[in-house]
Amino acid sequence: MAILTENECRTLLKKVLSYSKADECQVSIYSSDSANVRFARNNVSTSGFISSSSMAISSAFGKKLGVITLNDYSDESIQKAVKRSEELAQFAPENPEYMPMLGPQTYPASGETYVDATAAITPAQRSKMVEDSLNIAKQNKLTAAGFLQDSAASSAMMNSKGLFVFNKGTNVNFSATMRTADAQGSGYVTKDYNDISKVDIKAFSAIAAKKAAGSLGAKAIEPGKYTVILEPAAGIVLLEQLYGSLDARSADEGRSFLSLPGGKTRLGEKMVDERVNIYSDPTNPDLPATTYDGEGMPLGKMSLIEKGVVKNLSYSRYWAQKKGVKPVPGAANIIMEGGTQSLEDLIKGTEKGILVTRLWYIRPVDPQTLLYTGLTRDGTFYIENGQIKFPIKNMRFNESPVIMLNNLDALGKTERTVSGESSQSALIPPMRIRDFTFSSLSDAV
Amino acid sequence: MGISASMLSQFTAVGSPIVPGTRMRDVDVAIKKRMSDVALNAARAKGATYTDVRLGRYLNEYVVTRDKNIENLVSTESYGMGIRVIANGCWGFAATDRLDNDSIARAAETAVAIAKENSRLQTEQVQLAPQKGYGEVTWKTPIERNAFEVPMKEKTDLLLSVNDAAFKNGANYVNSVLFMVNEQKYFASTDGSYIDQDIHRIWPVFGVTKIDDKTGKFETRSSLSAPRGMGYEYMMPRESDKIKCQTTLYRDRYDMLEDAGAAALQAAEKLKAKTVEPGKYDLVLDPSHLWLTIHESVGHPSELDRVLGYEANFAGTSFLTLDKWKTGKFNFGSKNVNIVADKLQPGSLGAVGYDDEGVGTKQWDIIKDGILVNYQAIRDQAHIIGLKESQGCCYSQSWRDVQFQRMPNISLQPGKEKLSPADMIKNVEKGIYIIGDSSFSIDQQRYNFQFSGQLYYEIKNGKIVGMLNDVAYQANTQEFWNACTAVCDKDDYRLGGSFFDGKGQPMQASAVSHGSSTARFNGVNVINTARKI
Repeated sequence: MAILTENECRTLLKKVLSYSKADECQVSIYSSDSANVRFARNNVSTSGFISSSSMAISSAFGKKLGVITLNDYSDESIQKAVKRSEELAQFAPENPEYMPMLGPQTYPASGETYVDATAAITPAQRSKMVEDSLNIAKQNKLTAAGFLQDSAASSAMMNSKGLFVFNKGTNVNFSATMRTADAQGSGYVTKDYNDISKVDIKAFSAIAAKKAAGSLGAKAIEPGKYTVILEPAAGIVLLEQLYGSLDARSADEGRSFLSLPGGKTRLGEKMVDERVNIYSDPTNPDLPATTYDGEGMPLGKMSLIEKGVVKNLSYSRYWAQKKGVKPVPGAANIIMEGGTQSLEDLIKGTEKGILVTRLWYIRPVDPQTLLYTGLTRDGTFYIENGQIKFPIKNMRFNESPVIMLNNLDALGKTERTVSGESSQSALIPPMRIRDFTFSSLSDAV
Repeated sequence: MGISASMLSQFTAVGSPIVPGTRMRDVDVAIKKRMSDVALNAARAKGATYTDVRLGRYLNEYVVTRDKNIENLVSTESYGMGIRVIANGCWGFAATDRLDNDSIARAAETAVAIAKENSRLQTEQVQLAPQKGYGEVTWKTPIERNAFEVPMKEKTDLLLSVNDAAFKNGANYVNSVLFMVNEQKYFASTDGSYIDQDIHRIWPVFGVTKIDDKTGKFETRSSLSAPRGMGYEYMMPRESDKIKCQTTLYRDRYDMLEDAGAAALQAAEKLKAKTVEPGKYDLVLDPSHLWLTIHESVGHPSELDRVLGYEANFAGTSFLTLDKWKTGKFNFGSKNVNIVADKLQPGSLGAVGYDDEGVGTKQWDIIKDGILVNYQAIRDQAHIIGLKESQGCCYSQSWRDVQFQRMPNISLQPGKEKLSPADMIKNVEKGIYIIGDSSFSIDQQRYNFQFSGQLYYEIKNGKIVGMLNDVAYQANTQEFWNACTAVCDKDDYRLGGSFFDGKGQPMQASAVSHGSSTARFNGVNVINTARKI
């Protein structure tokens, strides 16, 4: 099954709108082909192929909205669906926060989100990639578990006010955990790209294998405050709690870490170290992104934190109108500026500290301070005098990304990584942080 | 992994919004059988040695409010077929939402092709525990009132009244949601089963926020409801289902209005509560809190797929290794700790007639008098722990996803001797009584955990002396369960749970209940979570 092309989407959506009698009508469509192979115990465990598509029709009369979705695109089915969405709109309660649909928009060109070679991956290719990873495990007398998933998808939106936008994208995601035969050592790697040609399964798997072997014989150290180097896959899971919470409404309402007494917020305030710059740019070749959001708002380059100052909070169209400001859509993607040092350079420059491969089971503890808890996992090492000295047992932390970025010591080179918690990608540098708070030891390997 | 942090995103992942009342009509069972046979025959023709088909229609409805407005009325429907095969001793899976005969046959062939392609990498062939075919059978959640048939106005009026009740008691903000689920699942396999099931679940939740304008501090108190395998009758309060203590707690009927009113007062009280002094405390844990600790520290480590390493890359493995189980003496907890796995309990989220690989459901012991005695296993794992049949706990969140081992209800059995929470508290010298669930985190082998709650009450010399704040407790699983010194009797037994237990890659959500009575744990480490930014 192939995903829908731009022309197929345009023709189909035009047909839907031709049946509309509502004040406003908007239609969006999404189609995807996705395949995956999961492996464990050096065997393939499950694998599959999923093809699906769906269309959502939104009809509005005044501030009353009705939404219906369908995946049968026959004339009869579409006509019925349009009619039903209009009936629902007439039936629905008026929503005081409803905003009129957007007219035609000018969208910045997005990056190269779609790569033909990724969309053309075959079952035999997938099988070969998994085989390469399993071979690395077997050569190193390790047990591998992992996941390989690739997908191609297209989406389009059109409305009765003349808005139309289309995009398509591909993605391939690989992660592997290698464990020693005695289950006392474990190493991890995760990578995510639009372009399959950037995926080097053997090299990625070798990283996990090296960490697994190196983590054997872990020693316990006393929990407390330590300098840590967070590899990008570790740092992203804490950073995403910060950049994912830059919302104006909750801040204005007084129920966010960005809120201040008296209805004020931290927008425009220096909140973290001045070396912290976080922004979005959908044209970045290393993390191309679509240039529209779910309402059809254009997404371009935008600063979120600049020199440690909170530069932009997202304002929904309703909240922006209420506050008399311009709407600010959410970020198209996330890029955190880094420095020039490699991970190895950061290690060399560390007198005493801990190298963290992965952070796990991240959960909020206190929204007032953005305090989160979680644990290290799959490769945690003690550094002394610029060298990795020995593996250490995993530990639980209780830390706020705001406090963490105030304790920034050094930044390495930015690279693409993917969150093991949210599955979202970002460009994140390795970070060296002072006084990171570990509160207890874990026996987990 | 554990309970998903992003509930709504999990929920929407399963389907797409449609108009309430416009769902497809029930598909006739004869048509379902015919469609399933197309898949079974196509897979067999391509060389599959086993095939199962799940033709699913998954309906969700949720009513979402924000303060005084209905923010969203969403109904989702997802309809399609998942086909799982064994070919050359390897699993293959394909799913499609195009349900003409050609598309079904093509999906079945794709599943076989995938299995054959990957079989060359196999060193362990899939070994299925035998399962007799049941023929054509049905099962339905015993509900009194179908939530999907309750007029939308009744549901929206209820939630708006709930929000009003909180505002009347001083809340600044209120969000409330009513989740309703109906899984209409048809299962067919080459074993000769054709199983038609109609499964219902419901979950009302809210969050009430109170802000101190002067200090800028804010506190939220969330609902003390439980998700249930019930119909709309759960929303009809009944005095006999209420337990009165520092707040009102609920058994099999929920009074959402009453709870929201109490929540507003308690959120304000939390703003003024004393910050906890870190140290060792005896914890008295209410079932509205303890369910999540049971889920994370007993439910997940006793999943056999984790023990065997199938989840090593994501959810993790387990400290409950096979060698510990084989001794027959592994001391998981104190003698007060009896944990039962269950897929039958009426009103629970896990209750079904048959699991998603066509196995009739049952109940079995996991921890008996503190000793690890069993795991949770499905058909391709049963032989590993010497079972002759599956334990019937295989599940998939939708037709699109492949089924795998998921947690049945895992519950702490009540104490045999008469004991109420009030009597339990009378014997505590220095302790904290915790009600409701909040923050939760545990390591990938389930040793080290940290939990928080909604309401914390300080116990001094057998009496509750006031509310505490900034509380979290940390423990090692085995030490914690061995510190369980008492469990209240059956009169206090209640179910908690979640719709959003996450596991697998791609991650799937599963609904599961956990029952318990209030239990006491001695000498647990409590930390203070207050910070300044």
